[in-house]
Parts: sequence; C-alpha cells; structure tokens
Amino acid sequence: MKYKSQKVAYWFFALSMLLLVLQLVYGFIMGFARIGMDGLHDFIPFNTARAVHTNLLVVWLLSGFMGAAYYIIPEEAQRELVNVKLAYVQLISLALVGVAAIVGYHFNWWEGRKFLEIPRQLDFLVVANVLLFLGLILATLFKGKRRTTTALVLSMGLFFAALLYIPGMLPFDSQVTDSFFRWWVVHLWVEGVWELIMGGILSFLLIKLTGVDREVIEKWLYVIVGLTFLSGVLGTGHHYYYIGVNKIWLIVGGIFSALEPLAFLAMALFAVNMYRKGEKKHPNKLALFWTLGAAIVSFVGAGLLGFAHTLPQTNLYTHGTLVTAMHGHLAFWGAYAMIVLAIISYSLPNMTGRKLYLSARGRAAFWLSNIGMIGMTVAFGVAGVVQVYLERKFKMEFMEVQNEISIHFVVLLICASVLTFGIALYIVDFIKHGRPTDEALELKT
Amino acid sequence: MLSKKQARTFFLGGTVVTFLIFIGLTIFSFSKEQDQSNYENITEEVVRGKKIWEANNCMGCHTILGEGAYYAPELTKVIDRRGKGYIKAVLTTPVPWAPNGRKMVAYGFSDEEAEDLIAFFDWIDDIDLNGFDTVVSPIAKEKMND
Repeated sequence: MKYKSQKVAYWFFALSMLLLVLQLVYGFIMGFARIGMDGLHDFIPFNTARAVHTNLLVVWLLSGFMGAAYYIIPEEAQRELVNVKLAYVQLISLALVGVAAIVGYHFNWWEGRKFLEIPRQLDFLVVANVLLFLGLILATLFKGKRRTTTALVLSMGLFFAALLYIPGMLPFDSQVTDSFFRWWVVHLWVEGVWELIMGGILSFLLIKLTGVDREVIEKWLYVIVGLTFLSGVLGTGHHYYYIGVNKIWLIVGGIFSALEPLAFLAMALFAVNMYRKGEKKHPNKLALFWTLGAAIVSFVGAGLLGFAHTLPQTNLYTHGTLVTAMHGHLAFWGAYAMIVLAIISYSLPNMTGRKLYLSARGRAAFWLSNIGMIGMTVAFGVAGVVQVYLERKFKMEFMEVQNEISIHFVVLLICASVLTFGIALYIVDFIKHGRPTDEALELKT
Repeated sequence: MLSKKQARTFFLGGTVVTFLIFIGLTIFSFSKEQDQSNYENITEEVVRGKKIWEANNCMGCHTILGEGAYYAPELTKVIDRRGKGYIKAVLTTPVPWAPNGRKMVAYGFSDEEAEDLIAFFDWIDDIDLNGFDTVVSPIAKEKMND
C-alpha cells in the first residue's frame, strides 16, 4: 500500500463479504423451496428471496468495484484520495440504501422488474450515492500526477455504469418498451461497461503480479474492451428476439452475440499470456489464482455458455427456462465475483500488512468455491435442458415438469454447499488478516 | 504490430459506431409501422394491470414474454391455456394456490384488480412474438394451423 487513503477500500470489501454471505442464504432458501421445502413461504416467498438474491449480488459486486477503485485509483494517479471522509459517507449511505431495499422486499415494497427491483424513491438515493463516488474518483484521477489507461478504463466503466442506470428509471405503459429499456441497463451493464471495470481491475492486477510492461498490458486492454463493445452493444439484440419487437433483432442480435465469446476468449488468452511472459514472481500466488481464474472462468461461463443459447433458433426454445440460470450463475461468478475476490486477495495483505497468501486455507477456498459453482452450473444446465424438452417439445404441464426435475435441485443444493464452504474459508481468511493499518505503508507490494 | 494508439482508435471507433447503429435500430423498432405490440390497444385497465404486476413482483416467480424467474408458469398466452375464470379464481382466492404442491402467495385481489390483470394478460396475448408465442402455447399453435 502506498497511500493512506487506500484503506477505505477495506471497508467496501468487508461490506461485500457480508452481503455475499446473505446472498448465499437467500440462494439456499430458493433451492430448498424448489425441492418442496418451502416452510418460509409465509415470510419469505420465492419472489422476495429471488429479488434479494439478485440485488445482493449487484450490490456486493458494486461495493467490490468501488473498493477496487478506491484502492487502484490513488496508486495509479499517484496521490491520496481527494476526500477520505466523504468516501466513508458514501460507504455508509450505500450500505443504508442497500439494507432499506432488501428489508423493503420483505414487505412488498419494490418495483417488480427483474434485476431492477429497487423502488423508485430509493433509485434517486442510488444515483446520489454513485455521483458522490464518481466525484471522488474522478477528482482524484484528474488532480493526480499521471493518468494511466488502466485508471481511465476503470473510471470510464464506472461512469457509464452510472449513466446507464437512467434508462431503467423511465416509466413506460407498455411491457414491451419497459422490457426493451430494462435491458439497456442490465445487458449494457454486464455485457458492456462492467467489462470495462473488470478489464481495468484485471489490467492493474496483471501489471502488479506479472511485472509485464504497462504499455503492453494496456495496449491489449484497449483491444479487449474494444471487442467487448463491438460485440456487446449490438449483442443486446439477443434479449429482443421474442419480446415483441421487430425481427431485425434476430439477425443483428444473432450475429453480434455470436461474436461476444471472442471478447472473453481474448481476455483469457491475454491474462494467460501475460502470466507466461511475466518475469516477476510475485509471492501472492492466491491473487494470481483468482485473477487468471476470473479470466478463464468468465470465458467459459459468459462466453461459451452464453453462446450455447444465444442463437435465435436455440433461444426460441430456451428463452425463459432454467438454461438462463445455468449461464447466469457461471457468468457472474467468473467475470465479476472472481475479479472482486482477486482484487481483495491482492490488496488485503497490502492494507493489513499480514501476508497470509501462502495458507492452505486460501487455496482450499479457491478450489472448493469453483468446484461448487461449476457443479451448480451443471445441475442448472441439466434441469434446464430437460425442462426445454419436456415443456417446450413434449408440451407437458409446467408443474409436472418441475416435479420431474426437482432431483437436479438436490444436486444443486449439494454443490451450493461446497461453494458455501469455499466462501466461508475465504471469509475466515479475510477476518484473519485483521484491520488495515498505516504501518503497512512501508510494505513493498 | 499494432500500436497502443491504434488499439485505442479501434476501441473508441468501434464503440461509437456500434452505439450509433444500436440507437438507430432502437428508433426503427419503435416507429409506428414496426409496432408488433398493438400499442393502441393499451387501455387504462392494461396499464393498471401492469402496475399491479409490478407492485407485487409477479416476475419474481413467473415469466412473461419469457422473462422472469422460472419458478412458476409462463404467463404469455395464459388466457388461451386456462381461460379467464380460472385466472380470476387464482387471483382472488384468500388461500395460497398450490397446484402440484408449489405455493403461490395468496394475494386475494379485488374483482376490479383481477379484471385489470386479466386485461393486461389479454393485451400481452396478442403481441406478435416472432414465433415464441407458438412455443409457449400449444393451443396458439393449433389455432394458427387451423
């Protein structure tokens, strides 16, 4: 750690960990409900658990991204954060808005639009919070001694993520239009600007961990984010095939989303190649595991599994089935959860001065959580494919099919337990690092 | 070999061009002639129905236009499959509806609210979904073949 203000990141990461635990709890509530154990139905019906599960994901990832930015930007800009107190204000307000939304979902206070359930009144607080965050980051960046590509790409990602929240706040009378612009937020976040954030964090980590020249890494960063946008923006069309808009989207969405895996492939190849080229042997192998893991698993989860159901001919049958849940889980895990866990693994020893990265616990956390998540993906995939055939091809009743596939949710729960065990070990490691301290300033990172 | 400047031009250029095409296609899709949703048939009841749909996060279990949570049935073409009487009973019952053991929240909607939701589903049913409607509703397919 080079600057005192980087310590703010620790508390954003701590909030992330707390919300991740809660996300797992609500995931289990849904998993058990699917095998008929829905004892909590009166207090936490499925739609509440579902909204909480996905929104916690978004908030813990955002908190992780913000923590990453507070850690990375001072180091890249070579100066302290412009205002540390305001950063803590931003952290606390983020936590409060998040908690208010989650509690509200238990009392039917929401806006039932998938992923964007946060009620309108709280939307404005989210906007205010994000503006404060961006103000702090951008002011630090522009007052800094240098403006690196890594910092610019990361900041651009955060800025456009904030800007793209707005289409989701527009009111529409038509379900079709509503859905159309909802994807402007959701798709252009996860298959667009969030990838800038991921790319920025990835590039920072690769520079630190491999020792490859910054110019080389940042050049390829441009190529990767270029490919991401080239395919991802028009790739939004794959959400528009069957929601009541023009057939042109079948062609545009089909072609460009078929190109989307290329961006992820480039990212995976880039990370692995930089690792091979690197002469610096950074002792924090754990951070390297998570970094390379993120690049590779995101290619499989987001790239390949996305492609598996993105062609219009396939999507006609898989649209609105558990096949989507299969892709969603491994994509979010690989691309975003793992990159947040990577930056935490890298920065935690630097902020606290405790180098715990050689522990067997850390490695077990990596492998167990990954094996668990891959198992879950397979379980969702099998359930989804069976659902497609029975329901869409053989025209069986929805609930008859659900009963047929419930066994796959038993498998899902077992794999989810493995994942949870891995995450628990990760959090034990997190806690064992202790609090951040100014004494860590002298450490070489 | 590619320089950093060229790489940046590729990124910025590609982004601007694809985004402009995207906006163009969006405007095209929502032009009057291209409407597949029978926009003019959105009545006050339909709008009220959509609000009830959102206020109770129905999408948190069901899917509509193929979007939602896969825990409960797809509701596009639900009137074709079940008829209005059945739907009204589900919406107004004070005890949880639980076909095959999976519970729905007992919303106990008023008659008027149920009618609004049915109007909403009715409007959804007539949207041209580029073929997806025939996949989610066998009856719709039979009708088309007649």
